[in-house]
Amino acid sequence: MTEQDRTDAPATSTEDGGVAPAPADDAAARSGLSRRAALGTAGAVAGAAALTAGGFAAGRATASPLQQNAYDFFGAHQSGIVTPQQDRLHFAAFDITTDSRARVISLLRRWTEAAARLMTGSELGSGAAGGAYAAPPDDTGEALGLPASGLTITFGFGPGLFDERFGLASKRPAQLIDMPKFSGDTLDEQFVGGDLCIQACADDPQVAVHAIRNLSRLAFGDAAIRWAQLGFGRTSSTTRAQDTPRNFMGFKDGTANLRAEDTDLVDRWVWADAADGQAWMAGGSYLVARRIRILAEIWDRTSLQQQEQDVGRTKGSGAPLSGGSEFTEPDFTVTGRDGEPLIRPTSHVALAHPSANGGAMMLRRGYNFTDGADALGRLDAGLFFLAYVRDPATQFVPVQNALSSADVMTIEYLRTTGSALFAVPPGLPAGSVLGPDGAYIGQELFA
Amino acid sequence: MPRPALARPAAASGAVLAALALTACVPNASADDATIAVESTADECAVATTEAPSGTVVFDVTNAGDDVTEFYLLASDGLRIISEVENVGPGITRQLVVQVPAGDYITACKPGMTGDGIQAAFTVTDSGEDVFSGDNAERLAAAGEQYLLYVRDQIQTLEDKTDAFLAAYTAGDDDEARALYADARVHWERIEPVAESFGDLDPMMDAREADLAEDEEWTGWHRIEKNLWPPAEGYDLTDAEKQELADKLAADTAELASRVNAEDFVIDAFQVGNGAKELLDEVAAGKITGEEEIWSHTDLWDFQANVDGAAVAFGVLRDIVAESDADLVEELDSRFSELNELLAQYGSIDEGFVLYTELTEDQIVELARAVDALGEPLSRLTAAAIA
Repeated sequence: MTEQDRTDAPATSTEDGGVAPAPADDAAARSGLSRRAALGTAGAVAGAAALTAGGFAAGRATASPLQQNAYDFFGAHQSGIVTPQQDRLHFAAFDITTDSRARVISLLRRWTEAAARLMTGSELGSGAAGGAYAAPPDDTGEALGLPASGLTITFGFGPGLFDERFGLASKRPAQLIDMPKFSGDTLDEQFVGGDLCIQACADDPQVAVHAIRNLSRLAFGDAAIRWAQLGFGRTSSTTRAQDTPRNFMGFKDGTANLRAEDTDLVDRWVWADAADGQAWMAGGSYLVARRIRILAEIWDRTSLQQQEQDVGRTKGSGAPLSGGSEFTEPDFTVTGRDGEPLIRPTSHVALAHPSANGGAMMLRRGYNFTDGADALGRLDAGLFFLAYVRDPATQFVPVQNALSSADVMTIEYLRTTGSALFAVPPGLPAGSVLGPDGAYIGQELFA
Repeated sequence: MPRPALARPAAASGAVLAALALTACVPNASADDATIAVESTADECAVATTEAPSGTVVFDVTNAGDDVTEFYLLASDGLRIISEVENVGPGITRQLVVQVPAGDYITACKPGMTGDGIQAAFTVTDSGEDVFSGDNAERLAAAGEQYLLYVRDQIQTLEDKTDAFLAAYTAGDDDEARALYADARVHWERIEPVAESFGDLDPMMDAREADLAEDEEWTGWHRIEKNLWPPAEGYDLTDAEKQELADKLAADTAELASRVNAEDFVIDAFQVGNGAKELLDEVAAGKITGEEEIWSHTDLWDFQANVDGAAVAFGVLRDIVAESDADLVEELDSRFSELNELLAQYGSIDEGFVLYTELTEDQIVELARAVDALGEPLSRLTAAAIA
């Protein structure tokens, strides 16, 4: 991939710190009310101008440079995959509640158009405060004044879309498997499956939640939320420029993750190809979603030595126990005093490493979550694991089987309570015209 | 829960128990302890200073070489190990925190983990601070032996009671089998971390249905449990199937007994302390939630047995810890009593307990809080005993 065809290169920063929309945003920006403008100089500033310093003044005073980012909705791949991973997540899985294929297509058109507009930081429809006085506002309004905040909206299709209702059974990709039961899974039906999904990531949680809220509102009658998950902090990096974040166990996570810069590896392990079986998925990917609860109270009572041995890395720097610094490749042959490998074969690193899994890699995009406390007063918290792969059966299932059966950390301190798999179709080319008869995400599937 | 290996970090494997044990009391490093940087390379052991005041001394050991290294604080004879940190990979920094009285010592780095290491003199001056410097090696070894006797005794009873349980089960006397089930399992649960340390036996003997992967064969206690307390119609097994399950559990139990009774099977003080903590983890993860005995609901037997086992482990280390951290002993004593008193409201192992399903939500929360209140200080037992 060249720099030009990166689907998710951030829009150009202007010298005054504002962000000009990327060219492909023009159509959406023209028709959308900028949230900044609405609060700025009495609506006099519109479009790109609103996103410069004048508009910024009207926004949240604490908006960070990250929140000025606006990503391009259009491209060969959907945004929100190799996009530099944002700090916040709102994820929703939906049941399709209509039996009408035409209604599903209509929903996807509405979602596509709204997503493209939301990603520019624009209000939906006639906005939150500008519509008919006797009607409810088109936009719910809680993101008014907030910049685009690096919002990406990524759509996925679950196995249910391919059941008998919509005549799509023959187009179900072989890669969209029914997830097997893994040892130790304690799935809560409340967090399993879904016919459709939306992953909304942003650097402001309010912006991510606003997106899911408004998109689910557009779906009423055709689809309804089955389950949803908030993520309060990223647990991986998808670009080299980002620091490695920490998961809820206090360790750096995703040190060895695939990055956007590894274009050959991303092509090899993330993007589906027409030759994989279903031409409509070319340029798409498969999203594994797992809600993994961490038994935090028990983990926290474990000695540092034990924690490091379970993980295979030091807690402070994240270096592999075989030595070096965070990004040093682990050496599984280095042994210690007792002749045992310094990185134990039952450590998380040893079992999850590509070398133990036929070279298989995934692009992880997970988030720390907490949903309050359980009935016993323990944190209901953990890792909302998200990973994009080209073939779940070979890139995810074997790794999870190894972890579930041998990884001390997984067996003793983790409980997987939710699980789902989605086919994430390719993106829409720049210049696509959106609207009631326009282009939409997944259109090749229905062609 | 299956635990593939008894959670015993490599640094504390049996062979080095004596070395570890030579360290007396080691408090956590606090912010006001000055740290002494040590840099270990292939041919140098650079210690930032050759002198420190008595009390808590903290070495920050960085491996700047290419081989795995170790750092020792030795007595002036160059032989007796005061304390050590081992398995320091290249580029990695580890802390050695040790309490030392005034005197002459030797520092040594051992790149490559062989030879006498690169030694240098180190002086500890008298700071006037009281420094405890008891030699606990023998007492710690004795604690491990004492605990092993307890484990062997429990396994013996487990074998006997398992045989009686399985005899009733295979004879078709389901009422009798149900009556014997929880009482037999008590002896497994009391020593659960030791049993689980045999990663091949544990899944065959104690796997719960949720622990299984797709299409994985299910044997052991909980398979029989589900047969005796079927959740619905249609869980019957043939006599041959029952016999096969019974024979397997009996054989696995005998194998467990033979391994624990083997002459070379040892338990060190590290494992005793960690075992106590892990027993409370078991309560917190599986029993307090009713997941362990999901068909028979006899979780409180397991609960009490885990607590019993943890109390025995604490008991054998008690006197040693009393010298290094009397407050911890006092806290553990009172937390154990509180939890045991709470459990006694619901029965006893001799008289039987109420079923988990009979507990109210408030009662479960009360128990969970007592478990956490004990689990937190118990997690400090190992470090207090031997660190």
